[in-house]
Amino acid sequence: MADNNDVALMSHLIRRAGFGATRDEIEALVAQGYEATVDQLLDSDSQPDIDEALLFRYHPMAEMIYTLPHAQMNWLYRMVNTGRPLREKMALFWHHVFATGNDKVTDAFAMHSQISMFREHGMGNYRDLLVRLAKNPAMIYWLDNQDNHKRAPNENWGRELLELFALGVGNYTEKDVFECARAFTGWTFTGKASGIQLGPIPWKFDYRGEDHDEGEKTFLGKTGNFNGEDIVEIVVRQPACPAFITRHLYNFFVADEPEVPKWPNDPPLDPDAIAQLSEVFVESNYEITPVLKALFNSDFFKESAYRKVRSPAETVVGTLKVTGDLSDPDPRWGDMAEKPGSMGQDLMNPPSVEGWHTGREWINSGALINRVNFAADRLGNPDLPGVAAITRRVGSNGPTMSAAELVDRCLDEMGPMTVDAETHGELVERVSAGGPITRNPGDEDRKFSQRVCDLLAMIAGTKEFLFT
Amino acid sequence: MATAQKDPVLVVLQLNGGNDYMNTVVPFNDPHYYDNRPKLGVDEGNVLKLNDEVGLHPTMGPLRDMYKDGDMAILNGIGWAGSNRSHFRCMDIWHTAEPDYFATEGWLGKATRQLDPHGENPVTTVNIGHGLPRALVADGVSVASVADIGAYGLLTAVEEAQRRQRMLDHFAKMYAPVSGRGAVVDYVAQTGMDALNGADMIKLAPKRYESQVEYGSNPIAKNLRDVAQVHLAGLGTRVLYTEYGGFDTHAAQATAHPKLWTDVSTAVADFWDDLRAHDAADNVTMLVFSEFGRRVKENGGGTDHGAAGVAFAIGPNVNGGIYGDYPEIRAEALVDGDLAPTQDFRGLYSTLLGDWMGIDEREVMPREFEKPAIISSAAHS
Repeated sequence: MADNNDVALMSHLIRRAGFGATRDEIEALVAQGYEATVDQLLDSDSQPDIDEALLFRYHPMAEMIYTLPHAQMNWLYRMVNTGRPLREKMALFWHHVFATGNDKVTDAFAMHSQISMFREHGMGNYRDLLVRLAKNPAMIYWLDNQDNHKRAPNENWGRELLELFALGVGNYTEKDVFECARAFTGWTFTGKASGIQLGPIPWKFDYRGEDHDEGEKTFLGKTGNFNGEDIVEIVVRQPACPAFITRHLYNFFVADEPEVPKWPNDPPLDPDAIAQLSEVFVESNYEITPVLKALFNSDFFKESAYRKVRSPAETVVGTLKVTGDLSDPDPRWGDMAEKPGSMGQDLMNPPSVEGWHTGREWINSGALINRVNFAADRLGNPDLPGVAAITRRVGSNGPTMSAAELVDRCLDEMGPMTVDAETHGELVERVSAGGPITRNPGDEDRKFSQRVCDLLAMIAGTKEFLFT
Repeated sequence: MATAQKDPVLVVLQLNGGNDYMNTVVPFNDPHYYDNRPKLGVDEGNVLKLNDEVGLHPTMGPLRDMYKDGDMAILNGIGWAGSNRSHFRCMDIWHTAEPDYFATEGWLGKATRQLDPHGENPVTTVNIGHGLPRALVADGVSVASVADIGAYGLLTAVEEAQRRQRMLDHFAKMYAPVSGRGAVVDYVAQTGMDALNGADMIKLAPKRYESQVEYGSNPIAKNLRDVAQVHLAGLGTRVLYTEYGGFDTHAAQATAHPKLWTDVSTAVADFWDDLRAHDAADNVTMLVFSEFGRRVKENGGGTDHGAAGVAFAIGPNVNGGIYGDYPEIRAEALVDGDLAPTQDFRGLYSTLLGDWMGIDEREVMPREFEKPAIISSAAHS
């Protein structure tokens, strides 16, 4: 049996770089080693993608994508079933940073295409990614760049590129915003249909030279007849850029930073970590993968378990993975699309271009209720394969055990998780109230499994379960 | 008129994205307006005129009627000096009432602390919607955030009532406050208790609700209906908050903005009809605001982020009328192309907190601001 510290560390890596895994899967990864697993996560092409044909056969709408729930289901299905979890996690990361919402875009296929672009290129070069983002039709429409004309600049995209996607407030002037907008005039797209259509019409980037402002622009201290690509080149070379992007990565993968608008005033939680990651970022010419490698192999990452508030997507997908619920096509997939939204994270539909407020702001009474109910419903279901496996494992050490032993074994299976003394006491009391624990074949076995499920549902309701 | 039996209630409707002030309260008599808005300017003939200078957008008929009845105050040029045009930051400033530094507590979170200092009622303040606006956040303050009032309850899938109750008892103890675990854990524990305690109360609201008013089917109609249900349930709720989005009209404003105001005006009118039909309007005042107004000069099909905006206060205890000067639109008077604010939003907050809610406004905002006298002096008599 694997060393428990190694299991804890591997479980932490897989929760953060992916969406969690069953205990058997974790133990297999421990056998292969931590750094080898990091490399495997980073070299995602070595691992299988989902079986698209299978998804299409059982859930054709999740591949055809007429409406937002179809697109959400497609993404959630991937998060649960992919062999390339870090790719999905990075797609989610960029969706947090480059937040685009279907409430305005009103074209689920365009949203799906944007997420697919993040999936494909989100672990590549950041400069290239920004150019792709500037040409992404959903983003163009989201920030109105189709209305950014030579004779009438619209500064929505230009402002958010600087404020939210690359530099942060305080690192540019209002004049820079305007000049940035001018450089992106003529960057538009085609394909937006009006009226009734049968199925999606893909949107395509369209550069209209006649609508591009060819005049001289002065942007962040440089002067020239800049086009959009030139702006991206200047932006990524700003000293503020590496620190801004690596702080986002730290906030997403390591620990909850204060909200983004505070960054100009509040230093990072771990300035050395940001400096270290920024150095890797610049030295690798703005490649993302080397930064992720440095991050996952760092001590600051390894020491950060259970200090972040779990996002709703992580809660939904992590619970499905650990319980083995919906690991294959299933009619109930259709209901899953709305689950992260019920906890405050309607995928592909963030409340605004700022994205979601994360960390403790994920938690409010309504969101907490929906989180607890979702997880408790599944962890309390003895028929789910993951729950059955946990029951088998915790019962494998003999026919009787104390209440505290059962609690500790279940917590171990769930993470391993550690809980505070009060929580632990309540869990033990809950188990004790059911009398001595025995486990014999037949009827007793069913009772034992129900008691384990009752306890797992209680664990799903703990404060600690809200963290990752 | 509010009576001793009916505590004053504040309903806040937040318009997300930056509502275009100039096309909401239209300065039709100012040629600078039409110079700057060749495409988007609202024709004088269509404006719902309030006087010889300004009028409401043509979609705002129901609000014009409330204005005529003396139940709506229009707060011109509201904002603060030095706005930075960021959605994020500007909304945060409205929420915390603190433009000079990053504050963590919201103005209504602090107000809730005064309204219910011992946290006795978990539904003193209720947000209708997903998430929790920072305006309502303060350390140790309970707030219920409810997206669906019909499905608000813990472990509702546990069928056996006795078993569920035992699990909830343990839940309560697991979330009981313990010191020394850090701010995030404290907050989580508090929220768990709020969820547990508020759920059984909120559940009563739809059961107690019957109404002849037919609200629309858009999200703001649904949310204001939920606000009405919670208010009418008599749970002791004093602050109700909800939001409506999509006011960031950089493009296609000519279709988007009228649609938004049709939705808002209709839903607000239905809400007040509902309250009046239940004889429950007398102790309610409503605030409508957005994080900023938009740029004076249109950009082609829309308008970019701006500064000064407009707020509305609505209700039977409001002194209807127009408060504050409309900011000057001529080029020399603009700040970087934006309208300069003519009144500070914190003055309005002071009136609402002090004169309406009857609490110490200075505890929420230490500085003093000029207070618009929008609350009828008879309100608390």
